[in-house]
Amino acid sequence: MIVAKQKPIEEIIETVDPYNRILVVGCNECVTVCEAGGKKEVAVLAASLRMYFMNQGRDIQIDEVTLERQCDREYLEEIRNRMDQYDAVISLACGVGVQFMAETYMRTPVLPGVDTCFLGVTEERGVWTERCQGCGQCILASTGGICPVSRCAKRLFNGPCGGSTKGHCEINKDLVCGWQLIIDRLTELGRLDDYEKIAPIKDWSTERAGGPRKVVREDVI
Amino acid sequence: MSLKTPSRLEKILASGQLAVTSECGPPRGSDPEAITRKAEMIRNHVDAINITDNQTSVTRLCSLAACIHLKLMGIEPTLQMVVRDRNRIALQSDILGAASFDIHNILCLSGDHQQFGDCPQGQNVFDIDSMQLIQTVRHMRDEGKFLGGDEITRPPQMFVGAAANPFADPFEIRVPRLAKKVAAGVEFIQTQCIYNLDKFELWMKQARDRGLHEKVYILAGVTPFKTVGMAKYMKNRVPGMDVPDEVVKRMAGVPKEKQPEEGLNICVETIQRLKECEGVRGFHIMAIEWEEKVPEIVERSGLYPRPRD
Amino acid sequence: MRLQYPSNVKVVRVPCTGKVDLIHLLRSFEKGADGVYVLGCMEGECRFETGNLRARKRVTQAQKILDSIGIGGERVQMYNLSSSEGPRFAEFATEMTQKIREMGPNPIKIALKKKAA
Repeated sequence: MIVAKQKPIEEIIETVDPYNRILVVGCNECVTVCEAGGKKEVAVLAASLRMYFMNQGRDIQIDEVTLERQCDREYLEEIRNRMDQYDAVISLACGVGVQFMAETYMRTPVLPGVDTCFLGVTEERGVWTERCQGCGQCILASTGGICPVSRCAKRLFNGPCGGSTKGHCEINKDLVCGWQLIIDRLTELGRLDDYEKIAPIKDWSTERAGGPRKVVREDVI
Repeated sequence: MSLKTPSRLEKILASGQLAVTSECGPPRGSDPEAITRKAEMIRNHVDAINITDNQTSVTRLCSLAACIHLKLMGIEPTLQMVVRDRNRIALQSDILGAASFDIHNILCLSGDHQQFGDCPQGQNVFDIDSMQLIQTVRHMRDEGKFLGGDEITRPPQMFVGAAANPFADPFEIRVPRLAKKVAAGVEFIQTQCIYNLDKFELWMKQARDRGLHEKVYILAGVTPFKTVGMAKYMKNRVPGMDVPDEVVKRMAGVPKEKQPEEGLNICVETIQRLKECEGVRGFHIMAIEWEEKVPEIVERSGLYPRPRD
Repeated sequence: MRLQYPSNVKVVRVPCTGKVDLIHLLRSFEKGADGVYVLGCMEGECRFETGNLRARKRVTQAQKILDSIGIGGERVQMYNLSSSEGPRFAEFATEMTQKIREMGPNPIKIALKKKAA
């Protein structure tokens, strides 16, 4: 899922300060799972903001709603007939949802309430780690299911580097070395000989480097 | 073995003699005097001098420019090139830049992560990795073509090297990794500095068992300790470094004024022992901030005078 | 036991403090409560194992939020006791009341009164 984390409330307060009628919109998918922008987080943020502004002597209207997703038009449409009641929206969706909301409601300022971090997994409640960088050309079949692009700090295709120490990355002793994981997995799969195959130079044109990306399914349009 | 490049280092190694290389770190400023002074001190005691490339991600005068300064002094440089900071266009471009000054040695490296340096907030590149850089230089030299496929006018004639670290984890793949670099086309290797001789000799044995010592020239890396503090620092704070307790004890066992001398003794003894190690074809002396001792180390190890052209 | 405890304490009973969510704590302050405290079983004795531990985490979250919006994190607290400890119940009620009296009324309460007027 897309993993995000809540922005510090001080930052949200600063961006929302010029407005008096605010709608806080959550998302029921990824940000709910990583406890950053679901229905509960919307309620907490709205209550906190109401109290803050009341304490400042300002009479602000702060409403709450949580949509199924903010990356599909049909869900964003659900709030169309109330949008004129607000002069700003705080979206707790990931950066994708914030932008799509803004594109859908061009005349209403849409402010982000979370920092979108990465594509990752729930290791355990409260801990999320990165797994995928969206490079557009998945090579997991040859690396035993472990991605060197997202799990090696240097995205080496023929790692590990000389800084790998006791299975951990040179930049942080709590960060597992991606290449150690790959080697361990290849060993378990009885495929350690694959290690000596030289991985070819990557085509990064399907990654961010190639420009903003698009997927089209001709057979479905 | 017929020579592939005009590199003096290649020539000496191919002749069967032990080669000696050393390295200099460029200054954190634009005055080339820091490089030229150090290089002048050691020029008659080494066959080629490596210039580091923004080592530990600390921004310094670039390796290419420093190599050119050496070349203009009539000294043979080895261009260290990391893939951390440059994409494949810039890497190929800098290789041509070096070749335009007839620089004939290159060391292909990954590079320490930028977190260690003075710009931890910067981007990193890692467009291709060090293994692929080895392949790239060989391709440019032997096929005379760019990665994109076009012809290169006056292809670079570079003797291609890489680093190896017998002491990094996991140990079981360190020799397979060396084999991989050999398959990628590497021609000489400089190892991380050696203090754990048993482990190094084990690594060498495994390399010999696979015949790798006949496919690539391996130069053993050594660094003299100046103080017991330095020994401890390298033991505990430098990733991929193996400093056995006995070595630290040895440094700690002499009074402070005697420690530099003891450090040099350990270094010379290491070289003497490794001269007997089959497959070791030379030494890479990294005397960080102590370049003035390189001549002494070379002489005491019986490696002086260096072959003259 | 019929011990005395301050009459300003309003008790809300829950089957386990694990049922108390962050929003419940915040809503109380939003509606003008001067202080909120959560009374849970001794740690390690929760019949649902970790209910009181979750409550403690949520109280900590509430404290942080209340501090960052200028209401005062000290206004929300958690205490642990076992059901037989009647005197401690009274003790905590008194302690909390004292603390809140010293802090003064919740600024939200004042703002709400002003609005109603």
